[in-house]
Amino acid sequence: MTDPEPVVELSGITKRFPGVVANSDVHLSVRAGEVHAVCGENGAGKSTLMKILYGMQQPDEGTISINGEPVKLRNPQDAIKAGIGMVHQHFMLADNLTVKENVLLGAEALHGIGKKARSVLEGFAEQTGLHADLDLLVERLGVADRQRVEIVKVLYRGARIVILDEPTAVLVPQEVDALFETVREMQRQGFTFIFISHKLDEVRAIADSVTVIRRGTTVGTVDPKTVSSRELAEMMVGSALPSPETRESTVTERDILRVAGLRLDAEGTERALLKNISLTVHAGEVLGIAGVEGNGQTELVEAIMGMRKATSGSVELVDADGTVHDLTKLGTLARRETGIGYIAEDRTRHGLLLNQPLWSNRILGYQTRQPVSSGRLINRQAAREDTERIVEQYDVRTPSVDVPSGALSGGNQQKLIVGRELSGNPLLLIASHPTRGVDVGAQALIWEQIRTARREGLAVLLVSADLDELIGLSDTIRVMLRGELVSEADPATVTPTELGSAMTGAATEEDV
Amino acid sequence: MKSWRTVVLPPLLAIVFALVLSSIALLISGADPLRAFGTMGAQLFKGTTAVDTVNLATVYYIAGLAVAIGFQMNLFNIGVEGQYRFAAVVAAIVGGALRLPPVLHMLVILLVAVFAGAFYALLPAILKVTRGVSEVITTIMLNSIVFGIVAFLINPDQFGVLHGNNVATEEIDSSGWIPGIPLGGAGTLFGAVLLALLLGVGYWFMLNRTRFGFELKASGESPTAAAAGGVSAKKMTMTAMLLSGAVAGLIAMPELLGRDHEYAMTATQGYGFIGIAVALLGRNHPAGIALGALLWAFLDKSAVSLEQIQVPREIATIIQGTIVLSVVVAYEIVKRADLAAEQRRVGRAGRNGSPASVSEGGAV
Repeated sequence: MTDPEPVVELSGITKRFPGVVANSDVHLSVRAGEVHAVCGENGAGKSTLMKILYGMQQPDEGTISINGEPVKLRNPQDAIKAGIGMVHQHFMLADNLTVKENVLLGAEALHGIGKKARSVLEGFAEQTGLHADLDLLVERLGVADRQRVEIVKVLYRGARIVILDEPTAVLVPQEVDALFETVREMQRQGFTFIFISHKLDEVRAIADSVTVIRRGTTVGTVDPKTVSSRELAEMMVGSALPSPETRESTVTERDILRVAGLRLDAEGTERALLKNISLTVHAGEVLGIAGVEGNGQTELVEAIMGMRKATSGSVELVDADGTVHDLTKLGTLARRETGIGYIAEDRTRHGLLLNQPLWSNRILGYQTRQPVSSGRLINRQAAREDTERIVEQYDVRTPSVDVPSGALSGGNQQKLIVGRELSGNPLLLIASHPTRGVDVGAQALIWEQIRTARREGLAVLLVSADLDELIGLSDTIRVMLRGELVSEADPATVTPTELGSAMTGAATEEDV
Repeated sequence: MKSWRTVVLPPLLAIVFALVLSSIALLISGADPLRAFGTMGAQLFKGTTAVDTVNLATVYYIAGLAVAIGFQMNLFNIGVEGQYRFAAVVAAIVGGALRLPPVLHMLVILLVAVFAGAFYALLPAILKVTRGVSEVITTIMLNSIVFGIVAFLINPDQFGVLHGNNVATEEIDSSGWIPGIPLGGAGTLFGAVLLALLLGVGYWFMLNRTRFGFELKASGESPTAAAAGGVSAKKMTMTAMLLSGAVAGLIAMPELLGRDHEYAMTATQGYGFIGIAVALLGRNHPAGIALGALLWAFLDKSAVSLEQIQVPREIATIIQGTIVLSVVVAYEIVKRADLAAEQRRVGRAGRNGSPASVSEGGAV
């Protein structure tokens, strides 16, 4: 903080949502021409802070200054005028328009849509390393090029301060390197970057300074060159890191889930999203699936749950008596009824009815089963009682079970879901990113509950992007790449680095 | 948490707002608003107006329920209009042709109406489920087609009978009627009021106590979460649409079996659209819809009295329109006010006025 003139200065920012304090007293100071990383766990409040800086949301308290001038950013247009641009994690591009059209859309007033606009655009494309033909449809571009189009878009609108919201989440390692090249190059030209991430190695690789956010508030700003990854991580979680380690092995010989030769084609095509997947999960075993997101993990889980129809292959569940249930032709509800609990990766989309009270959410997925239902009729009383049990047992922080589930924080929502999916003693738990975006306390509790259930013979299929979680909880790890299970790792010996390189296909390098 | 404010305040605000707006309209036209509203209110106690209001509200109530079933599943069944008219003409023809003992005759007619209504909703349902065609488009088109179907079926060449200048279906024998409840000088209440009550209770029970109702609400609120919970969105869409059509089939029954006993070219139209307004007013709640239906029917019936004091009766239509518009707005305003109140509450929560932290269940 030696530089007297920060280009962006946020002070005392507080933002509340119903039932949630997303930011409280956040301070952020970004100097001109630096890459400033904003670092924190999922759900720590990074995105809210950036939305405030980009004018998408107004802070309840606090001030924003750009180039020393206090400003009020009422909407993204104000932010753009102030020279701030944002590259969203999920691209905001129209697939059916060309690169040029996408960039010019909404900014026609700047340079028109003719030759002048084109030459300006070409300049920016050069700067950002976008080599694609400007008249190509965006749908034809790869992910990395789309991201560049997004960057060009904000530059075209005159941004000198660029917010990159989790830019590497969708990229493979080589693309990450290329992006970082671009960022450094642009930094030399005087652009300022605010880089949002929770990946510590990337932050250390690119950032000049790091501000850590935890539980909605700033913990501090540090120089990444002087702190270790572990120190950074501890700043993020606020204490010594919780350990997901499973102590003793409880794996048995008894098969619970058997998947054989599973194949899933993308709808209406012959392109395989999943091919030749075979796996077995035993009672008392946690089978971890590692992989860069988008390599078929979501599809695998949904195919096992019956939410997607597998093109070929079989799925079987063996219950405690040894009876084999062939699930291949069954629907989701029937599969759940044979004894599968399901923690979906996106709890707000797949796990909860946000406007319904907690007890009503307890029924979802269990609408045919005791105690909450008699098959045709819903037993409200029992649903409330059982929800109270979950609230008690899983430490769900809520004033009552009549609160709509949307009012709970992410961690409490997830605890409710875990409690629900572990009720009725399932044979198998499918857990997709079970601790994504939850606070450390909830994370430890969820891990503990999964471990306890596993000790009692539960089979768990765990999909996670958190390598520590995978290595710590799993008894066996399989690596998924481009829709296939490519390799196996022993969590007792594997390191996150080794797992990471297996996930990116470094071991089995080949062209798509 | 639903506070009384979110439930009661919006419709009240809406009614007040509608009264203010129509007062302005009245003042512009040179009439005294107080006198106009007074006359309308007093009309309720004159002659058979009260009973007529309840009778009409019965029809509106069934229409509101039919629409509300669709709303629960996020389906906008504009086709209630077409479905009820199709069902009415089919039921009237079948009822007129059959010779059956009492009660049985009536039940058969009701059953025919239910199936005809559901049948007319079948095509939009299939198109929606298999091709994703918006039910709004298909049902609007089917609404216009029904004009032709009714005209065709009532034509004397087919099933119609000519009465002087008017064509209608053959009259249904008294064995098929729903007997009224005579209230002396106040008029005769439709027996179908009981049918409407039964439907309302059934609707409430279905929504709140059955698995089907739970699945309906779940897939209406979040199709993705419902799918993960084992509810097939397609199946629910299909069922909700057909059920909505089936209930729509009953809309014309109070009048057909309680008063007209035949379906004529001149039979009243537009109940389906009023059903949409009434369902909106009642926020899809069985009791709310009942109140909405009664209010709507009251405005319709008492508007006649305005002509006695030289006030255009269209003022009632203005009230109805503004109520629906403002009820939608009012719910939104109250919802936001509640949200803000909640935010402040959360902000104050936690120790010595500081915001709740994540570990206390505060943050994202």
